[in-house]
Amino acid sequence: MRFLLLLLLATMLAACSPNQDPHQLSISGPFEFTSQDPSRDGYLYTRLQVAETLLEVDAQGQLLPGLATAWSQSDGGRVWRFTLREGVRFHDAAPLNAAAVVQALQVAQGKPGVLAAVPVETFEAESEHSLVVRLSRPYNPLGAVLAHYTTAILSPASYDAEGQISRLQGTGPYQVERFDPPHRLGVVRFADYWGTPATIERAVYLTGHRAESRALQVMAGQTDIVYTLDPASLDLLRRRDNVRVHSHTIPRTIQLKLNLDDPLLAEHDTRLALSLAIDRSGLANGVLRVPGGEANQLVPPSLGDWHLNDLPAAQRDLSRARALLAGQGWQAGADGLLQRNGAPFRLRLMTYADRPELFQLATAIQAQWRELGVDLQVSVVNSSDIPAGHHNGTLQVALIARNYGNIADPLGLLLADYGDGGNGDWGAMGWHNSELPALLVAQQGERDAARYHARAQRVAQILVAELPLIPVLYYTQQTAVSARVRGFSFDPYERNYRIAEMSFSPCCN
Amino acid sequence: MLQLILRRLLQAAFVTWSVGTLSFVLMRLLPGDMEFRIAAGRYGYDHVDLAAAEAVRAELGLDRPGWQIYLQWLGDLLRFNLGDSLVSGLPVSHEIAHLLGHTLLLAGAAMLIALLIAAPVGVWAALRAGGWFDRLSLLVSALLRAQPVFVIGLGLLLVFALEWRMLPVAGFDGPRYLILPALTLALAMAAVSSRVVRHSAAEVLRSAYFNFARVKGLSLRQALQRHGARNAALPVVVFLGIQLASVIEGVVMIESLFSWPGVGHGLAHAVFNRDVPMIQGAAMALGLLFVALNLLVDLACHLIDPRQRSAH
Repeated sequence: MRFLLLLLLATMLAACSPNQDPHQLSISGPFEFTSQDPSRDGYLYTRLQVAETLLEVDAQGQLLPGLATAWSQSDGGRVWRFTLREGVRFHDAAPLNAAAVVQALQVAQGKPGVLAAVPVETFEAESEHSLVVRLSRPYNPLGAVLAHYTTAILSPASYDAEGQISRLQGTGPYQVERFDPPHRLGVVRFADYWGTPATIERAVYLTGHRAESRALQVMAGQTDIVYTLDPASLDLLRRRDNVRVHSHTIPRTIQLKLNLDDPLLAEHDTRLALSLAIDRSGLANGVLRVPGGEANQLVPPSLGDWHLNDLPAAQRDLSRARALLAGQGWQAGADGLLQRNGAPFRLRLMTYADRPELFQLATAIQAQWRELGVDLQVSVVNSSDIPAGHHNGTLQVALIARNYGNIADPLGLLLADYGDGGNGDWGAMGWHNSELPALLVAQQGERDAARYHARAQRVAQILVAELPLIPVLYYTQQTAVSARVRGFSFDPYERNYRIAEMSFSPCCN
Repeated sequence: MLQLILRRLLQAAFVTWSVGTLSFVLMRLLPGDMEFRIAAGRYGYDHVDLAAAEAVRAELGLDRPGWQIYLQWLGDLLRFNLGDSLVSGLPVSHEIAHLLGHTLLLAGAAMLIALLIAAPVGVWAALRAGGWFDRLSLLVSALLRAQPVFVIGLGLLLVFALEWRMLPVAGFDGPRYLILPALTLALAMAAVSSRVVRHSAAEVLRSAYFNFARVKGLSLRQALQRHGARNAALPVVVFLGIQLASVIEGVVMIESLFSWPGVGHGLAHAVFNRDVPMIQGAAMALGLLFVALNLLVDLACHLIDPRQRSAH
């Protein structure tokens, strides 16, 4: 008994927490995974560096060589030629060649994902290490699409006869060791990696559903890196000496999607008034607890061509907002709520719980609009109710977080959001604009950088002037990292956790 | 004995059918488009749109009438095929086996720890009924029982995981992860069962046959072993059967608190994603778990109590 007590004491006093495994990096995030299919959970396999794509993306969104070392366009952008890296082996020892890449891309094309939107005619293996992609019309974002996780290149043996993944075999510095969906994915260093081999032997991804639990995990030393923290845990984490909190802006914008077919929201002045009534600095400081990030337009500054640098910052102006609504015939009633023809100004906002801060922001906006005299009812729904509500017309206002860095070129996402006569499942609703979709379509084949920039700026101007959606905040990703981890860096496009570049401090705490 | 098992088997068949059917009907009654929910579960909130939802509907044949889907499920069930998960595409039986294994591990470990706590505490309190230990154990029992089970869990988390950093907070990645959730559940269970053990043991201690054993010269230990244990165990085992209901309820809550990858957790997520075959599978697994545990209790009572055996 005395021996046991001594042992217990010794463990507690030891420099390393017994919760830390010296050979394994433990990562926790909110995402549950259910398959090894890149079209479904591919982000996890590129982040854990199991699967790789033809091209890579740097922090500025520029394309870099990946499994392809060089690429070029010909025939006015309709033919793309990729030279594949030599000496690359899949985890099952099969060599990387053009035939394997063609098979992987053809499977990806047949599933939901960004490749399905590309006007591909054929993928052809020109030689052992040369691949040709023929398009029916020029499509500039192809390079960015081929850097997206849904187009990750897997070995031919990964697929069964129907194109389903039986066992994922990628080319990355780590390979899958244990696959226990939906909670645990273990990877181990791949000895025959073509690049610099990883330092840390093993890594494990554990799904943590509650943001609070994830924050506690890193405090207890159980987890080394925790992604997507909730704002409330930040202060607690910043006070711990065994944890560092990293904040990085990512090209994701929190915004209000509006139904412009609704008589309450059809007028531009009304939408402007609602935008002016939002105290963005208050939301950034008080709710997200990260100063800065007030959004004055939809596309964030990191995506240069599409962002207006000279636009003044968004400021709250309640008196101007009141005047604009008064101009629309709205009068304050006895309870302070605005009324017109005896009907109150009442809106229903939906948002989803997948991102921990959205609901808190929604209730803060509810209070801020209440000061203007607008009664906002907030409901938390499943994320799929937003595209469903877009199509059946039941959506009135939705608070969403849109990722413009889904592929490194925001054009693909803008086409999805505004391509349909100005509208899209996660974009504008009930808006009627023909100029913007035409500009986006023209961008697909534009080779001249100056003209591309000019048109992108025009797109940004239209979105600011017409305000089909209200920008609220640019998103900041909060990551907690254990003090024993060295070489942590963050990919703003969230394609890669870069664990192969990390190592452990000799003394863990 | 055989009759007992047959009766429980019939009960199991009925539970399977009724739980599966009920979950099927309830899921059809819930608001929200099924294909959109499944698409969100599969592709995530950044990628759910009409195109993905339509692909899901076409792939799974969701526009068939409900009765056709139900009859197909019933036919598959008769062939012991639970179907595939709508979200992951993996066989439900495979996923349930994975989740149920974790739940059984947690429930089993918790019951074992509960018994290890409750039996000595209860017997000791009974031996000195009315003494300070008896009153203290009553106080602790009442305090523990008055807490929702997750409050006990939070308290243990604060001490063992956050302050001392000895044990992990949540998740499952080895035996150390089992300790806190199992202990939490065990404390909640032992709070009540230690009192049942105490009362049952006190009754035995007061009984005429126990006093006779002592009077004829057996030591306390001998008397307890030969005449006490078996008599005192019977009400305790019966009570454990009743307590199982609250264990399974507690498992769902504890699984959520400790991110334990068990059936309760899986069930909650399947409801969120409208994964009907998974919901049916998980609900049936929980129902069958009830039946199986009740069967075990029946068998245990049957073995402990010779009177039951002679009655047949």
